Amino acid sequence: MAVDLSPIDESLLATIANLHGMPKGAYNIRKNGKLVTRNSSANIEICTKEDQPGIDIFVKDGTRGETCYIPVIVTEAGVKDLVYNTFHIGDDCDVSIVAGCGIHNECEEQSEHDGIHTFHIGKNSRVKYVEAHYGEGDPDGVRILNPVTKVYMAENSFCDMELSQLGGVSSSNRETEAYLEAGAKMVVTEKLMTHGNQTVVSNQLFELNGDDSSVQVVSRSVAKDDSSQVFAPLVVGKAACRGHVQCDSIIMGNGRVKSVPAIEADHEDAILFHEAAIGKIAGEQLIKLQTLGLTPEEAEAEILEDFLS
Amino acid sequence: MLELRNIVFEVPVSEGSTETKRIIDDVSLTIEDDKFIVITGPNGGGKSTLAKLIMGIEKPTSGTILFNGTDITDMDIDERARLGMGYAFQQPARFKGMKVKKLLEIAAGERLPMMSCNQYLSKVGLCSADFLTREVDKSLSGGEVKRIEIATILARDPKLAIYDEPEAGIDLWSFDRLTETFRDIHKAQGGRSIVIISHQERIIQLADQVILMGNGKLEAMGTLEEIMPQITFNRHHNLGPGCNLLHGHDITINENING
Repeated sequence: MAVDLSPIDESLLATIANLHGMPKGAYNIRKNGKLVTRNSSANIEICTKEDQPGIDIFVKDGTRGETCYIPVIVTEAGVKDLVYNTFHIGDDCDVSIVAGCGIHNECEEQSEHDGIHTFHIGKNSRVKYVEAHYGEGDPDGVRILNPVTKVYMAENSFCDMELSQLGGVSSSNRETEAYLEAGAKMVVTEKLMTHGNQTVVSNQLFELNGDDSSVQVVSRSVAKDDSSQVFAPLVVGKAACRGHVQCDSIIMGNGRVKSVPAIEADHEDAILFHEAAIGKIAGEQLIKLQTLGLTPEEAEAEILEDFLS
Repeated sequence: MLELRNIVFEVPVSEGSTETKRIIDDVSLTIEDDKFIVITGPNGGGKSTLAKLIMGIEKPTSGTILFNGTDITDMDIDERARLGMGYAFQQPARFKGMKVKKLLEIAAGERLPMMSCNQYLSKVGLCSADFLTREVDKSLSGGEVKRIEIATILARDPKLAIYDEPEAGIDLWSFDRLTETFRDIHKAQGGRSIVIISHQERIIQLADQVILMGNGKLEAMGTLEEIMPQITFNRHHNLGPGCNLLHGHDITINENING
């Protein structure tokens, strides 16, 4: 099927999903609330939901080494896109899923995409999930992204989740929930950068319901200008489990960050930690990079790039 | 060639105060190319401050600094770095998210092949395979981050390299390796000069010239033999047999020299 994508579309897809041309295997590309192109593979089937907007992705038991792409792009102002995407990952799989949304908005009218993603990860399966959110266009354009991510992890499954929003999004309410059974392990890395008057609220809940389950939550964020961010990750240990929450934020200009990591032990063998740090770029870091020949501006950009890498 | 002319550095005695304290008191000196200079002297004598003034991390209250004939007194740190000056910090900065390899590449100003990274790290006693992909953050020990700091200067290969107490926090085995590295750099010459702030005898022994600083003043400058009489060793603090410059490990500067 010939796919009609503009240079802006292709640029957005490259930014959010590192896509250059059509990928191999299973994919579903959505633009301005409509399907652009879709492909299922022998092991990964993508179907349109019948009861609500969105897709079901079925991954067969034992599928290994495949990547599924489901990026969304919005290039029209006034679009409010809501989708429910549900991943049904079988047992003993090892797959990668690349999602994300890019908005290009050239006027002040609002563009919004709300992606509700639900994962059912089968026993012994490993899933790498990468989700990037990005906005560009008119500086006064209003771009809203409200992602909801729910993860249900069966015994001994593993999920590595990278969630990022690195600029251009006016407002974002992010909700993440995960429920882990025995032996399930999850690593969540959330990276956010806000500028101008942007706002982000990120609420996360991780329930460790089975023995030997674990979660590691790493949040790195940069708040520039007059932007503001609120983080509220909560790890609840209901079994002999381990949980670690680490929130690090850099503030610049009048940026504001509120970081409220919380841990709750409902089992005597739950071992939970949390830590949070907020501060501006350390002067000693800037000076060190200047002694290596970087200008103050280059040094600052380098420090932020590495911090969010 | 680096030339300091009548460098004075004063700071307020307390925040907001107009009363000042003189940290560097009218220091003039010249460091020729291909020279290995060690600055030594008691704590609080102004050694680190002088090094920071050379690199531009602090700006002098008065005086002039020339580097290869260019007046760099008002130049920023990065401008001096691009002219060929390098600085290894006594307490290096740490960077969340930055890999050791990336820091070495920033120092070198280019992408580095693995072989080069291996060489820089092995010269400071680190195994490249264990460290290149590690982050320069708090997961590294004090000694490890210090050796990586020195490796960044090796990667940068500046015309004038300033090391502020490179031995501090480094174990004895690594210190031996480090001493060899300094010796090798000095042998290679090529118009490069090394300035090391140190109290370590084995480093002082490498010096073409030793600068003795105290109370913000340049007390003496000359060859090791010339400076020797002005350094007396602490034989009086129950440290065992008298410390011998040629065979001992640590020296201390007798505070009488300040008088």
